Amino acid sequence: MKRTLGAALLAATFATGAMADSLNICVEGAYPPFSYTEASGDVAGFDIDIANALCAEMGHDCSMLKTDWDGIIPALLEGKCDAIIASMSITPDRMEVIDFTTKYYNTPAAFIGAEGMTMEAMEAGVVGVQRGTIHQDFMEGEFPGVELRLYGSQDEAYLDLVAGRLDAVMADSVAMDDGFIKTEAGEGYAFFGESYSIPEYHGNGAGIGVRKGEEALRDAFSAAIAAIRESGEYAEINARYFDYDVYGG
Amino acid sequence: MENLILYAPLLARGTLVTVQLALASLLLATILGAFGAAGKIGDGGFARSAVFGYTTLVRGIPDLVLILLIYFGGQRLLSVLGGWFGFGYIDISKFWAGVIAIGFFYGAYLTETFRGAYMTIPRGQIEAARALGLKRFTILWKVTLPQLVRFAIAGYANVWQVLVKSTAVVSVISLQDLVGLANDAGKSVREPFTFFAAVFMIYLFFTFISQSIFNWLERRYTIKGRNDAA
Amino acid sequence: MQLNRIVENYDMFLQGAWMTMQLTGLALFFGFCIALPFGLARARRARFLSPLINVYVYAFRGTPLLVQLYLVYYGLAQFDVVKDSFAWPVLREAYWCALITFSLNSGAYATEIIRGAVETTPEGEIEAATALGLTRFQVARLVLIPSALRRALPQYGNEVVFMLHGSVVASVITIQDILGAGRTVNARHYLAYEGILTAAVLYMVLTLALVITFRWLENKYLRHLALAH
Repeated sequence: MKRTLGAALLAATFATGAMADSLNICVEGAYPPFSYTEASGDVAGFDIDIANALCAEMGHDCSMLKTDWDGIIPALLEGKCDAIIASMSITPDRMEVIDFTTKYYNTPAAFIGAEGMTMEAMEAGVVGVQRGTIHQDFMEGEFPGVELRLYGSQDEAYLDLVAGRLDAVMADSVAMDDGFIKTEAGEGYAFFGESYSIPEYHGNGAGIGVRKGEEALRDAFSAAIAAIRESGEYAEINARYFDYDVYGG
Repeated sequence: MENLILYAPLLARGTLVTVQLALASLLLATILGAFGAAGKIGDGGFARSAVFGYTTLVRGIPDLVLILLIYFGGQRLLSVLGGWFGFGYIDISKFWAGVIAIGFFYGAYLTETFRGAYMTIPRGQIEAARALGLKRFTILWKVTLPQLVRFAIAGYANVWQVLVKSTAVVSVISLQDLVGLANDAGKSVREPFTFFAAVFMIYLFFTFISQSIFNWLERRYTIKGRNDAA
Repeated sequence: MQLNRIVENYDMFLQGAWMTMQLTGLALFFGFCIALPFGLARARRARFLSPLINVYVYAFRGTPLLVQLYLVYYGLAQFDVVKDSFAWPVLREAYWCALITFSLNSGAYATEIIRGAVETTPEGEIEAATALGLTRFQVARLVLIPSALRRALPQYGNEVVFMLHGSVVASVITIQDILGAGRTVNARHYLAYEGILTAAVLYMVLTLALVITFRWLENKYLRHLALAH
């Protein structure tokens, strides 16, 4: 009896020890090709592949938690997950609430619309953005007169664009290219105007969000990002989705 | 149309979730309604004010707002409580958040239904029962409750109908219920009309079934000519 | 609780409140316009109209408002024939989709309320009016309808509150009503619930205002029934 109890206690310690090494990662699952949900309900995409690579590098077991964008920072703050890997841009506003690692990619933002759409037509029309993103901030800052529609997810914005309710959508150029333009639904739609990468709105790229005070975790992630850049694993994951390096300058 | 058939199992699963949500919420609402009515009818001043506060607050806001409040706010509340008592993160599932929200919401309405039904029972009967020396519990069980049930059926049926329709709104917190799944499926195959039309018909069917069941119940439990207040 | 963020964004909530009141008020108005003739037709059991109206009422009362809204907003946009028609500039806008859906929904409930009120008109009132030599149209205008509307007041008061609460689903199709404002403030400042709590308080205030208004109206117009209590 005493021996089994002892063995059980020992196993429990190892178990908790192992659990301490497991991390919950909040992901969105509605931002292709970085993060999307498959028919089975599992999340996949660039963000998820990077997350898995980083976790392997750090020696942690990671589980992906699909979270709505609206509640993703509260979820982190509440402890539902330990990190956010959801193409979240590093901005001063967000840094007041959470901590970020170094970036893991940086791509510019752009407009898309029906082929032939112009900047003048856009300014007179209706533009869709995802609620609570840098793109909303950018539109409100740079084009305050334009009518804005806010959506809970990027997918919803694409739907209304196709339905004809929006004249344009402003979001990350890569996300829109692979997540919409290159798909069947995106036929007849194209980029127009320039691409934007203004630090004031767009920050310094997408980073991994952690709670304030979790410096060790943040630095571990940053180190891991540098490590997979070095080892070429980043390049391999990058190549699965994109023809060019999304890490950015 | 073929897409509907393809996605039928998915929609069936969603319907099941919706039905479970509705029934669980009804149970919670009935319990809360019973306690609420008891609180309002009884003599306790505190109980009466508490129930008054409950019904006034809940009936002053839309169901969707309560659902969001319980889902997001409740999560925060649990975290704060967890911090005090030392247990870690507890997840509120979307399903149970929905049940608590809708149950809590309609508990307020059922409080009024049950109270109204109680008020319809002729005072004289209670007095007569007391004069006969019957114990309080016997009065409750043999006199009050049977009649309360009879008078409450119509109001209860009404609340049930509204509750069932309220379950649609829980899809806003991304619960994989009938409306939520139909929404996702309809959008991915770009046939939202077909899928929402199917959801529309399914809810109509629920309404029809519920009405039939309650009509039957009313017929069974009402005595000809003795349904209204003396 | 970060109330300072709420105070900072008070204008967003005010605009949201205005949007909610607009949608609710207009929906009730159009719904009433539908309900008055429909309710009368149902009460008189008009031969072809009554069953048709019954279908409309059953359909809109038997299904959730959110599903009706989705059907109009997302569903209709699926069809190219709709997108090419003259109705598209209207149906394109979330605001009109919401208003149309809410009006039809409110109309269905109001139809039943008016039908019930007309059917319970005391026989004596109609007989007296006819005996006085009023035409059928005059009976309806001077006696039947005012009497029915008065009787319908308490139930209609309920319907007004339900419409106010029902209007909240507009925020799901991008309309910035009270809840829309609450969720936007939440998203912008990474709050979990403060925005929604504020929305709840605003709805309560509006509900209270409506309830007080209807109590006053009932006192004024149903005074002749007061002794019956």
